[in-house]
Amino acid sequence: MAYNFKEIMNQEERLAPGHRMCAGCGGTIAVRNVLRGLHPEDHAVITCATGCLEVSSFTYPYTAWKDSFIHNAFENAGATCSGVEAAYEALKRRGKVKDNYKFIAFGGDGGTYDIGFQSLSGAMERGHDMVYVCYDNGAYMNTGIQRSSATPMYADTTTTPVGSESVGKPQYRKDIVDIIAAHNVPYAAQTTFVQNFKDMHIKAEKAIYKPGAAYLNVMAPCPRGWRYDTPQIIEICKLAVETCYWPLFEVEDGKWTLNYEPKKKLPIEDFLRPQGRFKHLFKKGNEELLVKFQEEVDRRWEDLLYRCAR
Amino acid sequence: MAIRERLSGNEAVAIAIRQINPDVMPAFPITPSTEIPQYFSSYIANGKADTVFIPVESEHSAMSAAIGASAAGARTLTATSSCGMALMWELLYVAASNRLPIAMALVNRALSGPININCDHSDVMGARDAGWLQIFAENNQEAYDNFVQAYRIAEHKDVRLPIMICQDGFITSHAVENIELIEDDKVKAFVGEYEPEDYLLKDGEPFHVGPYAVSNYYMEAKRAQAEGMKNAKQVILEVAKEFEAMTGRSYGFFEEYRLEDADYAIVIMGSAAGTAKDAVDKLRAQGIKAGLLKVRVFRPFPAEEIAKALTHVKVLACMDRTESFNNECGPLGAEVKSALFDAGCAPKVINYVYGLGGRDVTVESITSVYEELIKIDETKETGAKYRYLSVRED
Repeated sequence: MAYNFKEIMNQEERLAPGHRMCAGCGGTIAVRNVLRGLHPEDHAVITCATGCLEVSSFTYPYTAWKDSFIHNAFENAGATCSGVEAAYEALKRRGKVKDNYKFIAFGGDGGTYDIGFQSLSGAMERGHDMVYVCYDNGAYMNTGIQRSSATPMYADTTTTPVGSESVGKPQYRKDIVDIIAAHNVPYAAQTTFVQNFKDMHIKAEKAIYKPGAAYLNVMAPCPRGWRYDTPQIIEICKLAVETCYWPLFEVEDGKWTLNYEPKKKLPIEDFLRPQGRFKHLFKKGNEELLVKFQEEVDRRWEDLLYRCAR
Repeated sequence: MAIRERLSGNEAVAIAIRQINPDVMPAFPITPSTEIPQYFSSYIANGKADTVFIPVESEHSAMSAAIGASAAGARTLTATSSCGMALMWELLYVAASNRLPIAMALVNRALSGPININCDHSDVMGARDAGWLQIFAENNQEAYDNFVQAYRIAEHKDVRLPIMICQDGFITSHAVENIELIEDDKVKAFVGEYEPEDYLLKDGEPFHVGPYAVSNYYMEAKRAQAEGMKNAKQVILEVAKEFEAMTGRSYGFFEEYRLEDADYAIVIMGSAAGTAKDAVDKLRAQGIKAGLLKVRVFRPFPAEEIAKALTHVKVLACMDRTESFNNECGPLGAEVKSALFDAGCAPKVINYVYGLGGRDVTVESITSVYEELIKIDETKETGAKYRYLSVRED
């Protein structure tokens, strides 16, 4: 489908300004661009896990959300959204609701990969007509930058601090899109803020309007946690994609598709260097760590190419 | 004409749910409440109800989905027991603070450990401060009748709080007893349509639920909940009155059994009250002035009314089917004593822990409690105020 950047960006915003998220936060960029996937005539009920997004956008008595919105707890956005969607089915059938609604849940990687994982898995498996969006900034940022299972290896976080006996997080990150795809949902995809949001817009619209459960994994950099120069967010996202650290792909009805292949894959150092959380990797004597990081990125990239070529 | 049947407590509650035909039911099985979603699923599968049933992957998700559905404007319920309700614990508070009139069929069972599937009240008592209305049943008939009254209380505009309709695991949930059911159309008319003021799916009016509210607003939210709980007292009595007009069966905050002139009394909740009534009858036959107060409504707690009913009692036993580990008394004992203190009347009060994990409660064991009360009155020596009934001490 044709993507008209100007037209899409000029749509009425569904997340009002004046919320309390940090300047340059990737979370709100993710939210606004997912909501642009909604057709203007459709209503939505937004579910939100506890996290930066919730506490900063719905601080009583103010709200930044123009659509109906529910926050329940940290670990249950999937199940909460299931309940809302089931109520819609019941009330629509009984003639008590006339308008058309779509159901979108937002959670950070803490509320998605970790504490909310079971709730998400249940909602995906049951196949509710909803989209779960993870704005993945790779750590528990709301509580002060603790590691999550989405945190990249070697990242310096407040629970994996770099020290004389530590080179940061010891484990690789979890590939959640693979896991959600293994639920055999109609649609699961990964994206971030590149190509003037074209990739993200197409995926958001598809996820919202494809019947059944859908999942979107959006890399949403956090300037505080990642420690890069805040205005560089789009450059950071581009480097994540060009180094194949954050591939753009989708799994639709079981078919894996790579949506973008860099002409020349950049070395992982290019993505890591601008970020303070990886500063220690560039110290003398840590060359081996960069090699290991690169090997893991390569292995996962090859694996993805294999799946998409099938 | 009312329908005479023989049913287990679980089936009776499932029938009440079918008659009400709510909008959404998320549930996860746990003994001994499993049969409720099972029976109800078979009603849906056979076209006898058209509720949207969500077969969630845990009780945590059952309460989470119930909150979502109720906030969206749906009449919602779930059923659970014991560890299942404990897993919901965080969300019980969320449901109450969002003023969502969710109904829970709670079949009381001991909390682990050791893991135990039988009756006690440790599950429900653990949630006594969560902001839910809590109503108890002695038998199948009461469990059914209470469920029919549940939404009328919970959804009342002056209340708007979630409600637990409790019955004792296996003792009433699985035992088959005679019961009188109300006709479907009468139940439907009695319960009526759910018409919330604000909800997520209200056409043309976006609605927001679950804000972040810190020290400048949190306390007012709690105060408003407390007001709902206060108002619930009047509503519970009004609904009971209407229910009596329909069925002839009378309900209040509690039942007084041969209590009016009793010197020796016990306060008890749930199925053991039936056994205790037999003990009272036997003692009365011997000329002993024994009586009983069976608490039906634990939240809101009818403190003044209970104190008034017990003023004349010489020695009282508070029977708790749970431990509170305060070395003094269980939760029922604490609340009853507090009520008596405020009323300025002070019968001697002994606290008993009984029936934990399904430990048998017999006419003999309850009789032994009355015998202890008489001994205290005769010797004027209270002895230990906190006792275990029917337990091996060595």
